[in-house]
Amino acid sequence: MPMDLGSFFKRLGRKCGDFFGGFARGDLATKGSYLVMGFGHIRRGQAARGLMYLLVEIAFIAYLALFGGQYLGKFFYGFFTGGSVGTVETHDFWNDATGVYEKIPGDNSFKIILYGVLTICIIVFFAIIYLSSVRESRELERTVLAGKKPQGFRQDLRDLGDKKFHLTMLALPMLGLFLFTVVPLLTMILIAFTNYDASTEVPQHLFRWVGFANFGDILGGNAAMSGTFLRVLGWTLVWAFFATFTNYFGGMILALLINQKVVKHKKLFRTIFVATIAVPQFVSLLIMSKMLTYGDSLEMSGIIVQMVSRIFGAELKFGVGITVTRVCIILVNMWIGVPYSMLICSGILMNIPAELYESSRIDGAGPVATFFYITLPYMLFVTGPYLITQFIGNINNFNVIYLLSGGAPGDLLRYTDGAKSTDLLITWLYKLSLGVDRNYKLASVIGILVFLISATMSLLVYNKSSAVQKEDEFQ
Amino acid sequence: MAKDTVTIRGGMKARRTANAVTTHTVLTLLGLIWLIPLLYLVVQSFRGEPGAWSSTFFPKVWTLDNYRRLFFETQFPRWYLNTLFVAVISCIITTLFVLAVSYVFSRVRFRARRPMMNIMLVLGMFPGFMSMTAVYFLLKILLPNSFQSLASLIIVYSAGAALSYYVAKGFFDTVPKGLDEAARIDGATASEVFWHIILPLSKSIVIYTILISFIAPWCDYIFVSFIMSGVSDTGLYTVSLGMYKWLEREQIQQYFTTFCAAAVVVAVPITALFMWLQRYYVEGITGGAVKG
Repeated sequence: MPMDLGSFFKRLGRKCGDFFGGFARGDLATKGSYLVMGFGHIRRGQAARGLMYLLVEIAFIAYLALFGGQYLGKFFYGFFTGGSVGTVETHDFWNDATGVYEKIPGDNSFKIILYGVLTICIIVFFAIIYLSSVRESRELERTVLAGKKPQGFRQDLRDLGDKKFHLTMLALPMLGLFLFTVVPLLTMILIAFTNYDASTEVPQHLFRWVGFANFGDILGGNAAMSGTFLRVLGWTLVWAFFATFTNYFGGMILALLINQKVVKHKKLFRTIFVATIAVPQFVSLLIMSKMLTYGDSLEMSGIIVQMVSRIFGAELKFGVGITVTRVCIILVNMWIGVPYSMLICSGILMNIPAELYESSRIDGAGPVATFFYITLPYMLFVTGPYLITQFIGNINNFNVIYLLSGGAPGDLLRYTDGAKSTDLLITWLYKLSLGVDRNYKLASVIGILVFLISATMSLLVYNKSSAVQKEDEFQ
Repeated sequence: MAKDTVTIRGGMKARRTANAVTTHTVLTLLGLIWLIPLLYLVVQSFRGEPGAWSSTFFPKVWTLDNYRRLFFETQFPRWYLNTLFVAVISCIITTLFVLAVSYVFSRVRFRARRPMMNIMLVLGMFPGFMSMTAVYFLLKILLPNSFQSLASLIIVYSAGAALSYYVAKGFFDTVPKGLDEAARIDGATASEVFWHIILPLSKSIVIYTILISFIAPWCDYIFVSFIMSGVSDTGLYTVSLGMYKWLEREQIQQYFTTFCAAAVVVAVPITALFMWLQRYYVEGITGGAVKG
């Protein structure tokens, strides 16, 4: 948890004192390490380690000079003034000698932001390495003064399997996370503050910084867009609520049914239900969507629509009527999700202390009372955090919506920017990222808003859950 | 007096029988509802009549032709091998990454631990798909000639694996620390403790991680459709993307029954694998759910 400001500044002050004081007090080798990384290490018998620091410094300077520096300049060019990202737009150039127009490629705004973010991150990393190298250099001076021998390179390597094993283990996973999650995510967050969409597609055009304009638009500035956003958000929350609770209670009831003493072939029943989890979702959802297709005529419709028509004489207008589509989606989601929560619930149900049931039976409670006074409170207590995780998971449940209805039915009067009436924020984001409706700035704004919703919900729970706060002692 | 007890017992017994009958009826009905769509998929894969829509649940003409067509006249075998390849490689990388990160966060105390865990918690709250436009650009830069390739898919599926360390960390937290300490006193290094002491005890979580990460590429549609959007060589597809295309408006009349056959071919091994390792899956998800 964040430390308070006072102690933060105290620590910062101490660090600065160490840094500058260390420079003033240090001998030539230590002073040299402030400029040439690894200088002190090389002078004091840690040649290999020192050379590696030196190489890092050279590589960093070369990166900035040859590559990163120019992008950094263009990145900040219009950042504070709301100017364009990059300066030269792709344009035609009349070549007198050949007598034709030539395309002169200009700046690629997107690449500028991407590389700008990358460069800033690399500078931060370099600063951390630099600071630790000069700190080591100061410590090395003290070690030598005290008459001890500095640690050799072989021991450094051995440490990677022992004292510093965590660094070895974390290196590659964190590199992957950094390159393919952190940098892209920061880039896309910045895109929310630009006007990047199909009309400013790179590399033909430049886009520019617009501050919070997109957020203003979606939160009320642009009536059509904010109306669409509110409708999609509303359905997303309604969907997440129903999807979470129907699955949770469905799963619990199913688990209670199967766990009863009278049930024979428990394993067989469990296997039947688990089969729907095991089948890949795109298979089970796509076949469901085709069974529910409402076509131009009965012969061109899915089998369920035909059956409903034949048996009840009613039309199941899946993908045509808004409410019926939404209800069907929630029902199909139960088919997909109830077995999953059944698995989780059966495990927990078996852990409910038998004495609780015993005493309630002695008190004369029937099965219904037992459920509401013993089972349900216990389950809610134990699985509270799980419910929230599920809720957030359902907000982001791309598969069920996209593979079942694809967002249909559309409603051009009430929805703009490619959204349809059963779209969730996440499927809308997907549509805005590719295809005819692509609008990257809007997609990024939606991504950030989804984050804010998830973060708020999680904070509510995490603050209450002692398991998280006392994570260290909890083990 | 004795007679009374007998009637009460008899009443209870009757009630129990009634209860048993209702429960079994309800469960059987539910089981049927759950199985019918899957059954439909299987029987349709043997349907002889052409076209997408049928008016009967069971086919009128039974045939194996859809399977023959699937294997000899479509690119499905290629997609299947693509998916298998991507799944195996990304499963190996993901499993190693997840185990490494979760073990370190569970066992080693170092200064950056808390900040890192907090940052990763925050990163995980953004929709995973949001960063894809930038990832697409990055891949284009890193693999200029082949960014729409299986290599890109492997990167997309496994590079961010560290974020899903929670379940495995929860497991490692329950392995007694005394084991490590005893081994350290005997002179084992930290890496020896991990490989020789902890991993052999963690079979269930290793299998859970392998299972989850192997199945993910078979089920993913969103990432593969984005990476491969507009690609001209359909031989690069994975099963989910290729089969999705078969059900689009222009193709469905021709390919619906082939889709069903393909779905059976994809689902049977995955389902079998899942059923076989179900115990580990259940342990994993319940552990994760209870800890939150």
